[in-house]
Amino acid sequence: MTSHAPSAAIRPEQVALPAGSLLARLPVLGAGLFGLGLVLSVVFRSSNPRGFAFAWLNAYLFCLTLALGGLFFLLIQRATQAGWSIAVRRPVEAVVGTLPLFFLLFIPVWLSMGDLYPWSLPAAAHDPLLKWKAPYLNTSFFTVRAIIYFVLWSALALYYTRASASQDRGAGNGPTVAMRRFAPPAILLLALTQTFAAIDWAMSLSPKWYSTMWGVYFFAGAFVGFFGLLLLLVIPLQRGALHGIVTIEHVHDTGKHLFAFTCFWAYIAFCQFFLIWYGNIPEETAYYQVRIHGGWKTISAVLAIGHFIIPFFYLMGRTVKRKPALLAIGAAWILLMHLLDIAWIVLPVSHPEGLSIGAVEIACYLAVGGAFLAGIGWNLKRQALVPTGDPRLRESLAFEVS
Amino acid sequence: MPQLPMVASLPPGPYYGALAEFATPADLYHACEQVRDAGYRRWDAHTPFPVHGLDRAMGMRRSPMPFIVLGMALLGAAAGFGLQYWVHSVEYPLTISGKPYFAWPAYVPITFELGILFGSLGAVFGMLGLNQLPMHWHPLFSSAPFEKASDDTFFISIESWDPKFEPEKTRQFLQGLGARRVELVASE
Repeated sequence: MTSHAPSAAIRPEQVALPAGSLLARLPVLGAGLFGLGLVLSVVFRSSNPRGFAFAWLNAYLFCLTLALGGLFFLLIQRATQAGWSIAVRRPVEAVVGTLPLFFLLFIPVWLSMGDLYPWSLPAAAHDPLLKWKAPYLNTSFFTVRAIIYFVLWSALALYYTRASASQDRGAGNGPTVAMRRFAPPAILLLALTQTFAAIDWAMSLSPKWYSTMWGVYFFAGAFVGFFGLLLLLVIPLQRGALHGIVTIEHVHDTGKHLFAFTCFWAYIAFCQFFLIWYGNIPEETAYYQVRIHGGWKTISAVLAIGHFIIPFFYLMGRTVKRKPALLAIGAAWILLMHLLDIAWIVLPVSHPEGLSIGAVEIACYLAVGGAFLAGIGWNLKRQALVPTGDPRLRESLAFEVS
Repeated sequence: MPQLPMVASLPPGPYYGALAEFATPADLYHACEQVRDAGYRRWDAHTPFPVHGLDRAMGMRRSPMPFIVLGMALLGAAAGFGLQYWVHSVEYPLTISGKPYFAWPAYVPITFELGILFGSLGAVFGMLGLNQLPMHWHPLFSSAPFEKASDDTFFISIESWDPKFEPEKTRQFLQGLGARRVELVASE
């Protein structure tokens, strides 16, 4: 009755990344970019340590949020036993599988703590407010917390990708049940650690400022950015290697997530701004003070229009979400806006006069982004592009948006 | 209305249309494809439960509902924003907690809520309007077997004002699609 009847069996060559495709070249390409970026970064760090520190954190948070958004998505699919997403789960796992890498990529942030975080300097001991916050904002507890986050994220990423891979080798239904059982507590742990990481690494750049919406805002950007990245991985597969396995129905549903969380991001971003604007308390407004005046005013307007109004109308209709080329444009646009959103969070602290993406920022994007892309490519390459051993794969292949 | 038996000669008109009865969803599905391909325009399928993919088998066009909802939502948002602008900036300006008269961020929640309200009202009443509901009587109700459309039987009805409708030919056409029985339903 359906036009996408699942084929009886998937042949192994159908679900391997074809050699020579852009995705198959990602590991080499990414490693090259990483090497180039790293060399340039080291050079810039010696001449301009503070500029480098902010540029690295900026690039780091951009990529890390995408991977964490992926982990959230993977856990939610497991907790809800979603059937539709099984066909696109391997690209999700490829993104999530890079999380252990971010432990290493965090080292430059840790080394630059003094340049990034005013509370870590000895002078903070003389500031009454920072002194009061010192039981939480101090270098040793900061380090311990970072280790806890990375251990938890890496453990979740490795468990969920490896248990899924074990089913390709005939592990049967057991891992599916175990992964589902563990998903709800894992979501809670991830929500807590990601919120505290957002506070530690981004909010404490301005240690006297606080926003109770911060964790949700950070999550909203991470989640919507991840769907942009996922679509850019899924659409080439749907049109190429996985033609007839990953269908327009899967692309359409991923596109719906992109649209929905674009709205969610706008809702949360506005809520955060609105309450601070309305309350008009100096400690809170300091954050927006620098961002709605001077050069950053333009970026704030670009974010409001480009991260919400344009994609809201562009992605709303069914037609765009069912035309892969058009949806890919929307996905790339959202990814670009997420990059701008992170820059808008991090860079005004070091460059209050306005956005300037210079050589050091680009070098850091190359280094962190290159490592991230290499990780994704390597994860895609080393296993089947759809989880052939998943007991519910047939259900996913037959999925249709009604 | 007496139930019309399957007869060789045609009952007297005027007709509402022809009603064909099918035993299974699969029979109905394939019959719908053929009614669609035969070029009928004014017809419908009646099932006790949603049949997956039937909209495609019937060749149904996209509903205009999304545009009704979007239009209403934009109208609501404009009304919400306009009302607040007019009240706070034009007609009765007041200084509230030191904000300017045209404090647009403060207008956003009401603008958003009215957009949602008008959009959902557009969805409900648009749906009722497009389905011509509420409708307390329908000519098909005069067919006793049609009661089973909410139980275990699947129907196709072709309306007499379809350009291709000819009582005897349409009846035979439906019969040829594997219908269990076909009747011509009088109008009223």
